[in-house]
Amino acid sequence: MAGKKRIELMICAGTGCVASGAFQIKESLEKELRERGLHDEIGVITTGCNGFCGQGPLMVVVPDNIFYGWLTQKDISHLVEEHFIKGRPVEKLMFTPPEEERPIPLLSEIPFFKKQQLVVLKNKGIIDPEKIEDYIARDGYVALEKVLLSMTPDEVVEEVLQAGLRGRGGAGFPTGLKWKLARQSPGDEKYIICNADEGDPGAFMDRSVIESDPHAVIEGMLIGAFAIGAEHGFMYVRDEYPIAVKRMNLAISKAREYGLLGEDILGSGFDFDLSVNRGAGAFVCGEETSLINSLEGNMPEPRVRPPYPAQSGYMGHPTNINNVETWATVRHIINNGAEWFSSIGTEKSKGTKVFSLVGKVKNTGLVEVPMGITLQEIIFDIGGGILDDKEFKAVQTGGPSGGCIPASLLDIGVDYDSLAKVGAIVGSGGMIVMDKDNCMVELARYFLAFTQGESCGKCAPCREGTWHMLNILTDITEGRGKEGDIEVLEKMAGLIKQSALCALGNTAPNPVLTTIKYFREEYEAHIRDHRCPAKECKALIRYQIVEDNCTGCTVCARNCPVNCISGERKKLHVIDDEQCIRCGICRTVCKFDAVRVDS
Amino acid sequence: MEEKLQGILEKFKTEKGTLIGVLQDIQEAYGYLPEEHLQEVSDALDVPLSRFFSLATFYTTFRLEPIGKHHVCVCVGTACHVRGAPAVVDTFERELNVEAGKTTADGEFTMDTVNCVGACALAPLITIDGQHHGKMTQKKVQKLLKGYTSKA
Repeated sequence: MAGKKRIELMICAGTGCVASGAFQIKESLEKELRERGLHDEIGVITTGCNGFCGQGPLMVVVPDNIFYGWLTQKDISHLVEEHFIKGRPVEKLMFTPPEEERPIPLLSEIPFFKKQQLVVLKNKGIIDPEKIEDYIARDGYVALEKVLLSMTPDEVVEEVLQAGLRGRGGAGFPTGLKWKLARQSPGDEKYIICNADEGDPGAFMDRSVIESDPHAVIEGMLIGAFAIGAEHGFMYVRDEYPIAVKRMNLAISKAREYGLLGEDILGSGFDFDLSVNRGAGAFVCGEETSLINSLEGNMPEPRVRPPYPAQSGYMGHPTNINNVETWATVRHIINNGAEWFSSIGTEKSKGTKVFSLVGKVKNTGLVEVPMGITLQEIIFDIGGGILDDKEFKAVQTGGPSGGCIPASLLDIGVDYDSLAKVGAIVGSGGMIVMDKDNCMVELARYFLAFTQGESCGKCAPCREGTWHMLNILTDITEGRGKEGDIEVLEKMAGLIKQSALCALGNTAPNPVLTTIKYFREEYEAHIRDHRCPAKECKALIRYQIVEDNCTGCTVCARNCPVNCISGERKKLHVIDDEQCIRCGICRTVCKFDAVRVDS
Repeated sequence: MEEKLQGILEKFKTEKGTLIGVLQDIQEAYGYLPEEHLQEVSDALDVPLSRFFSLATFYTTFRLEPIGKHHVCVCVGTACHVRGAPAVVDTFERELNVEAGKTTADGEFTMDTVNCVGACALAPLITIDGQHHGKMTQKKVQKLLKGYTSKA
């Protein structure tokens, strides 16, 4: 953590930045600083996810608070010389908004960060997630101490209830109520679980919280376990997150070393310990009862409810499951009070929410904002607007359970009830932005293909229903759509929503329903005219070379993977439509804008 | 029984592990789930072999066949999808002459799709042998593969 040396370089080591070479940047920096004799005054610290993933690899110079992004190893020598020896921060490595000429040196002034309100992500980019001392130095485990030494379990439950925290995994069920039900269930053996399966594609909030601040989750679970009366907790982490698994395991072993997990914690007489279990690639395990089945070694199929996990969960014992973000919020409620928490957000959606803002947006990354902020502010003020300044078309929220929201509704405040009213959901926090080149029918097909593939198969409405809906959607995107298909899709969607056993099934139709509601004309174009307005559906498009622009340079022909472009040098080239696989490579390599896509 | 397998069973018993954990450990040790080892574990734990096969075929991370020398995973999560993941999948399939989910005839590459690695800002993203490569394009795929096939 910063504060020990004159200057500290906080390098983001979240999965995204690691993928872009953060550790190589770190090594280069350390080597350069050593060679220049600066390693005693300038520290290099790796932190968890900074959030501004689109700019990675990135670092923040503390205490100046200067932000550097898109770093490469080649930049390091120049950066060290200019900034740390000559005292001249390097402008070309700072963040410059696309339409501006001057960079914005300070992190706090960069629009991406300015409108955020950090609660759950308070420690991001500031602490080394592998050092428990860093966490403790920033009020870590203070809430636990307060709870264990001066509160009763009922008081803790009441505080969380009054705060109005709703589950951040997607369902938005009041957390305090969930805890109350588990607390009141008869039984001496109880369990808590952290659902870190994070199955929604496009969402990486939970990954970032665990990678940046694993102790925040542990502390929340300790508090929850005390409130409910549990002695063991499971952390069920997605297998696709190896860095998160590693950091959580390390954090747990550190917490044990410090006596914060195990027996007689802080001398209070309270015993609690945690184990980490990895998922194995099944979206349905994000559903509570499926997750419990998975932990028990059964097929991860959902259970009929009631009984709910709070009454009968893991091995038949009362069990409380919450999402990572929910657990990580708990300590702030204890430290600052229910009143403080409920003063943020809207009437029925309190507090802040972390979103992953991705897709066709300029500033991709992780943002934490108060509930009630508008989509317009998130996508345009924080997100910087649409990539390449194209026109915004829709934003998909809530993953495969969610819906698409069109441009006409950008002024909606993001909270559980407002999004539900327009057919979407807040969900776990994934926010995928799309432009005019994205086909909404293809998107619906994509989501159905996902949920169909992930359907556990237990109940007929989901197993058979999503299969039939997928077949219809595939037919539509491949030019075999028929009049009446839209009505059949709507009817099936309604039936599946009413009768599927779990939330995977009964929310699977949502992307279809919202795209029909707001983009019906696209469906109609596919069905009636065999036309894809976005020019994305391969079966409904063809590539042609524009005579006026073609110079016969042969670049397209040389790059065509199936050799379907013919033509002599300096003469018009022609694409053989029957052989063409619509890969689009010819269009990307043509320097004369001579390849056109028609539908 | 091999020592490796014995160690896995010991760990399951002492750490109160899960059956998925056993399968994950076997796959980490052997690269896939060999049928003969599943039979041994089934006998040792008195859990029907069919249970192991149910779990192994339900979860996408488990493999019942040996993996190729290099493991390619193409993320097809939503953020990657809207930024062109289908074209990346197509390019790998074309260049390697293999269908997603299968191994090339020469055993060099296994190509899988995965439903979100959580590095969405780098979409479209792939991993090869655990190493991430972001902002992939069709040309980048071709270039990347040249680096592997030229070494072979």
